[in-house]
Parts: sequence; structure tokens; C-alpha cells
Amino acid sequence: MKKQLFVMICTLFSAAIFAAENVSLQNAPIDLDNKNSLQRGAKNFINYCLNCHSLDYMRYNQLELIGLSDETIKRDLLFTTDKVGNPMSISMQAGEAKNWFGAAPPNLSVTARSRGSDWIYSYLRGFYRDKSRTLGWNNTVYKNSAMPHILWELQGEQIFDVEANKLVLNKPGVLSPDEYDQFIGDITNFMVFVSEPNQQKRKQIGYYVLAFLFLLLVLVINLKREYWKNIK
Amino acid sequence: MANNNEIKSSGLVGWIDERFPFSSFIKNHLTEYYAPKNFNFWYFFGALALFTFVIQILTGIFLTMHYKPDAAEAFASVEYIMRDVSFGWLIRYMHSTGASLFFVVIYLHMFRGLMYGSYKKPRELLWLFGVLIFLLLMAEAFFGYLLPWGQMSYWGAQVIVNLFATIPFIGPDLAEWVRGDYLVSDATLNRFFAFHVIALPLALAGLIFGHLTALHEVGSNNPDGVEIKQHKDKKTGIPLDGIPFHPYYTVKDLIGLTVFLIVFAAIIFFAPEMGGYFLEHNNFVPANPLVTPDHIAPVWYFTPFYSILRAVPPILSSQFPGVAAMGLSVMIFFLVPWLDKSPVKSIRYKGTLYKKWLSAFVLSFLVLGYLGTEPSNVWGQFPAALPLIGGGDVATFVARIFTIVYFLFFILMPIYSKKDIAKKVPTRVTMP
Repeated sequence: MKKQLFVMICTLFSAAIFAAENVSLQNAPIDLDNKNSLQRGAKNFINYCLNCHSLDYMRYNQLELIGLSDETIKRDLLFTTDKVGNPMSISMQAGEAKNWFGAAPPNLSVTARSRGSDWIYSYLRGFYRDKSRTLGWNNTVYKNSAMPHILWELQGEQIFDVEANKLVLNKPGVLSPDEYDQFIGDITNFMVFVSEPNQQKRKQIGYYVLAFLFLLLVLVINLKREYWKNIK
Repeated sequence: MANNNEIKSSGLVGWIDERFPFSSFIKNHLTEYYAPKNFNFWYFFGALALFTFVIQILTGIFLTMHYKPDAAEAFASVEYIMRDVSFGWLIRYMHSTGASLFFVVIYLHMFRGLMYGSYKKPRELLWLFGVLIFLLLMAEAFFGYLLPWGQMSYWGAQVIVNLFATIPFIGPDLAEWVRGDYLVSDATLNRFFAFHVIALPLALAGLIFGHLTALHEVGSNNPDGVEIKQHKDKKTGIPLDGIPFHPYYTVKDLIGLTVFLIVFAAIIFFAPEMGGYFLEHNNFVPANPLVTPDHIAPVWYFTPFYSILRAVPPILSSQFPGVAAMGLSVMIFFLVPWLDKSPVKSIRYKGTLYKKWLSAFVLSFLVLGYLGTEPSNVWGQFPAALPLIGGGDVATFVARIFTIVYFLFFILMPIYSKKDIAKKVPTRVTMP
């Protein structure tokens, strides 16, 4: 039986390797304990993304979880609404947006959970000039994406070198490549936070729960031994 | 079973006992319910299944307080539970993890039954109750999976309901009747919600009661497959190898429960998505009837049966044979008590034939389960030059082989269980 079980497990693991993704994605620098990165990400997101993409399931005051005070949120981050308990919505109508871009920009509240952080990070890195597209941009990660390159001033203009099969920076932007990577890394980090604002608290509680359960296990094992000592 | 005349109680309990069989119930089902003393860890899973059922009911009640069964609001209401309801995330993760672990526990419980012959006389009816519970549990999970109204919820339901449409003659009308619409919609969500929160839980509770009643009537089997009631103490009438369920098995089950809770908590707090197997990535995209996902896979606990569905080729351009095979792959468990012709119950005293077939069955269940989570081209294609199978998907071919093995385990059981050379069963149970 044991030998067969081992073979089964091996089969399953070797099969898992076959299932790898076909697009190669870069690793996003995710660190949910880095409050500075999350705060920069919040600022970047609100300045650059929140005009077209909503975070409808997220309330402004949940940004307290990344170390911002109500006052800071009200003073620096509330542009589209006036109450700190409101959701991070946008005023653009989905119907209009669809006419303008061809597809309405999605609500990004849980995108980090559906696409994954590496996808978002690589996507924000993957824009290049493509004259054949209506808005002049294409993307290596999401081919023929309806989204134009909002951050082109920061990143500069990339072109796609077909022969080398990679992106080349044609015109430099305001930020250096490293600075740009940090900029979008912060946005990605923030989006991972937004996708589940309670996840750090969840893990924290988890350690206590597991510690308690292991203590309980010692207790119940001894309890059982005590009761069972006469059973032969 | 009841032996009320022996009970002497006074005070409040005495007052109750004169009007309700309280003390006799406790005696008959706990303190004087005699279970074999040689249970091993495989005997934890029945109690754990009951525990998981209770967890699902309790967390379900709290989710129902905040969830909106409305196509326009369902997805957002789940996110509302995750973010704005205090500890809503915990309740929701307990429920989603609980659903998957319910199946883990049930599958191990069923495997235990197959190993130790717990379905053999006099436990046939007990087994039938169990298979019925398994069937309804699958329906319960299927209805519940639509409720978050994500892409996988939606398209999974679409695919499964369309299976009914393949039934000859009545199929299309039947599928429409189930959906309440021409496609999965708000009407479907509402009725699935009704089935999920009241109809099936109620039926499950009734069946679980029947399962336990049947169990306590015939008594538990054990890893040796020895009937402990055949060797009773001459004076007391208590089985010599039996010990009272309480306190012996209540304290022992606490160990199983605590280990289970450790696994449960580790998943809830550190990996609630379980790498996309418990909560699928695509289900974080709201349902969109206009966009079909590239790859629709059911949740992992349905994948062995889904694999069988895909493995059977269409006949006369009808998918019905696949659907029938899938239905049969579940229903066939009902027949096991009458397929097994072995003179002994437990695998400990059965011959090597049964061991080999059971291993082959478990292997095919696992491989089919894995393949069901992946697209059928996951292992690529055979070289086109090969005869017969050339150009076909490798995974489909493998799934077909294991589908055959899966069914042969049952179909050939009357033959190999008879042919198998059983060892001599001891008269009394053996302690580990």
C-alpha cells in the first residue's frame, strides 16, 4: 500500500509541472508589511488609475490598515467623493467608457486575486508602441488590450523587437527603469492589499489559533491516554 | 433498544425522564453504546463529517444574514462579507474551506468503508444511507457554488445544467425547467439559493439521522471485520470487545478533531484559496454571460466524475453516453454491498486480488481527479504517425484507461472477490 501511495504522489507532482503557464511573467515585489510601499502604491493608484478603474468594494477608511489616518485620507486622497466611509468609486459611466475604449475598464478590487500579482506587475511593464492599435499601444502580457499606456510619461516609450522577441526602451521617460519598476511594484503591492484588506490580520490570528490548537492536542492526547490505560 | 425500566433518576432529570426518554437516549447512544475497542484513525472521519456538517450549517446561517441572492448584487455582497462584516472573512473562509474538507473527510470515510467491508451484511442499509448522503452532498455543493456568482460559478452551473439537456427526448425541456430560464440567470440563482440553504440541508439532516440510527442498530464494524456482538459477557450481555462510546471514543475523537482543526485552521488562515483549488482564481471575476472562460473546470471534489464525463466519446454526436457514465460512476456505489462476494469483511483478511483492485481504483480516482482540473490537452498530443491514437490528446487517452479501471473495480468485484483466497478471520478483535 505504502509503495503504491508513493507512486501516486509522484504521478501527481510530476503532472503539476506540466501545468505551468505559457506566458513568462516577472515576479512582483510583494511585501504587505511594507507600509511605505503600500502608501506610495495608494497614492499612485489614486492619481493614475482611479479615474477609470474603480475599487468599488473598498472603502477609503480601510486605508487606515496601511497606516494612514482619517485626516490624511481626507486631506490627500479624497478627490472623487467627500466622505471617508464611501467606497473608492469613479464617476465615469461604464456605458460611456465602453464607447471610448472598446471595453469598460474593470473594477480592480479583486483583480490581484483573479489575475495574480505577477500578472499585474508584468502587464504594467509590458506596454509598447503599436501604430495598428486605435489608441497606439499594445501589451505583451495581454495582447490587444483595450487599455492605453497611462504611465508612458513615466516609463517612456517601449517598442517590441520582433527578432530578439523582447521589449526595448525607445524613448526614456521621467523615471529610470528601476524607478519605474518600483512605481508599478508599489501599485501592485497596493492592489494585493486591496484584494483582501484583512489578510495580514488573518495570518496574525492564524498563529495564535494554531499555537492554541497544538497545546490542545497535547492535552487531548494525554486525556485519551489516561482514559484508555486499562483498555487492552 | 430502550431499557427505560433500569433508569433511576430524580430531580430535574427525573422530571424530564418521566416525560421524555432523556437518560435512556444518553445511555443507548453514548454511555452504553458499545463500540469495538480496536478502531484505528480511519474511524475518525465519520464523526469529523458530522462536525463539518455542523460547521457548514452554523457558518451558513451567518453568511445568509449578509448575502444577497440577486444576480446584480450577489458578487458584491460576498465582497461585502469579506471586507465590511466583522469577521465576515473568517466565516466565509470557514464555509468555503469547510466545503472542500467535507469532501476530503467523506472520501476518506468511504475509503474506510471499502477497506474494512463496512457495507457487508448487516450494514447494507447503513451504506445505502451513506451513498445517498454523498449524492445529496454533491448536489448541495453544486448549488452552493453558484451563489458567489463569479465566472466559474456561472459557467460551471451552465455546463452542469446543460448535462441534463443531453438526456434524449426530455433533455432540453428538463434543463430549462431546472434553470427556470433559457440560460443561467437571476431565476436560477434564486432557486439554487433556496435549495442550498434549506431544501438540501434539511434532507441531509434527515439522512444523517437515518445513517446514525442504522449504525446504532447494527453496531459499528471495525478494522478486523469481526462482529463483536457474537461474543458477549454471559452475565451482563455486554460485548467482550466493546467499550462504551462515551467516554472512550469521545476522548479519542477529540484527538482526531484537534488534528482536523489544525489542518482546517492552517488552510483558513494561511492558504484559504488553496492555490486555486478551494477558491478558483477565475471566480474572483463577476459572472459574465457574454464571456466564456477558456477553461471551465469544476471544483476539485467533482473532478474525478467530470473526467469520466469527458473521457467517454460522444456516440451519434450525442454527449449523453458521457453524462450517463458520470451518473453511473456515482450510482454504482449503491451496489457495492451486493457486488462483494468475499466471505470476509476486512482487507486484513482478504487476499491480494482485492488489495490490488482497491489500489487500482484509488489510483484511477486520483488520476481522474487531477486530469479533471486540467484542460484535456495538458499532456500534449500523441505523434500523428501512431496508429489509432495518433494526434489524440494524451490526457484523454489516460483518462479513458482509468475510467475503464474505475468501472472494472465494481463490475469485476463479484468475480475477483469470490476467487480471492481469504485468510482466516480471528474470533475476537486484535488490538494494534
